[in-house]
Amino acid sequence: MKIAKKSIKFLTIVVIVLFSATIFASGTDKKHDDQNDGQRVNTKEEVDAYILHHIKDSHDFSLYSYTNDAGERKHLGFPLPVILWSSKGLVAFMSSEFHHNDDGHVIVEKNGAKFAKIHSKIYELDVDAAVVSFDETHHATNAHKVLDFSITKSVVGILLIGFLLLFWFSGLAKQYKTKKVPTGFARVLEPLVIYVRDEIARPNIGDKHYRRFTGYLLTVFFFIWVLNLAGLTPLGFNVTGQLAVTACLAIFTLVIYSVSGTKGYWMHMIWMPGVPVLIRPVLAIIELAGALLIKPFSLLVRLFANISAGHIVVMSLIAIMFTLKESLGVVGATGLSLVLSFFITLIEVLVAFLQAYIFTMLSALFIGMAVEDHAEAH
Amino acid sequence: MYNLIGAGLIVIGAGIGLGQIGGKAMEGIARQPEATGKIQTAMIIIAALLEGLAFGALFLGK
Repeated sequence: MKIAKKSIKFLTIVVIVLFSATIFASGTDKKHDDQNDGQRVNTKEEVDAYILHHIKDSHDFSLYSYTNDAGERKHLGFPLPVILWSSKGLVAFMSSEFHHNDDGHVIVEKNGAKFAKIHSKIYELDVDAAVVSFDETHHATNAHKVLDFSITKSVVGILLIGFLLLFWFSGLAKQYKTKKVPTGFARVLEPLVIYVRDEIARPNIGDKHYRRFTGYLLTVFFFIWVLNLAGLTPLGFNVTGQLAVTACLAIFTLVIYSVSGTKGYWMHMIWMPGVPVLIRPVLAIIELAGALLIKPFSLLVRLFANISAGHIVVMSLIAIMFTLKESLGVVGATGLSLVLSFFITLIEVLVAFLQAYIFTMLSALFIGMAVEDHAEAH
Repeated sequence: MYNLIGAGLIVIGAGIGLGQIGGKAMEGIARQPEATGKIQTAMIIIAALLEGLAFGALFLGK
């Protein structure tokens, strides 16, 4: 009983810290808008641009930015390394050399090659070009994209959460060597691990095979869940809302269930017994498209769209305090936005878990379909 | 323009579908409360598949 009380207390503190941090973030946003108010900026456009910028990956880690009294733009955050494979070979420098410029006006020269950052993408200028020139649709005409291996914000997020998970779970695993019941934070993790094993892996994959895949399912579950929750903190990660990340996770699942698929699974897909021979090729095309394209595509799009949509909704509700300021007054608009963004953030905490659960559940289901023993007669 | 209308239609369809799934699951649970867990799992899987379709449509129609 005492222990249960303790862990409830701990969870309450975690929730309070998370939410006060989010409210802190919206507070700084408000300040930033107040200072721009005198210059008659188009608030709506600026909000749109800010949300789009947040959704995308970025080359530097900025916590917040403001314009000081002298009219200079100040950024609080730290630069990240940029690593490029250009026509002159491997080039590395810090992203601070772009001076937060995002429209190609600052040109960085390294190893005889010139680089500019346009809309969070890094371009290499052609040999004879000195400045980036744009056509009417705002595409660069004398620059091309390069292979970008930079440690971007998302990569930092993945590494950070990866090491955090490694630390948590190696601690949990170590405790079983000396005692039967873990203590401390590991006590929170243990029921979650057992939940994934007993409620997701075992019923969907089957008692015979589930042990082989529990490791992958646990990894994917905690990776997605913790990154989703990290996306709700003011650090502003949007890792699980990046198509590349979710596509990668979906490809892991695809490879695992394709490789571990039994002979019966593939036979039923390609040359299914008990079906007229003429229909078999038609069904084989549909089945193959379903297994190799539609299943991973639905996995990747669901996670990406849910998390991105959640971020857009939270940020739009926070932005209510600028967009409705004229019609509702400062207090009214701020209060409305605070209440709405608070409740939608609560829902997002639920969605963060639900999406991790659904991804793991569907992965387990697909793996279970692939490894189950088919009855021969149909 | 037309892709937006199409995406809207698909979202309406998905909404009707989600309503059906949720409603039928409720009926099932009311009839057999002891099968709640199984019904909920199946409901979430089907809702997730449907949601994937709806999001895919939104994504392509944007």
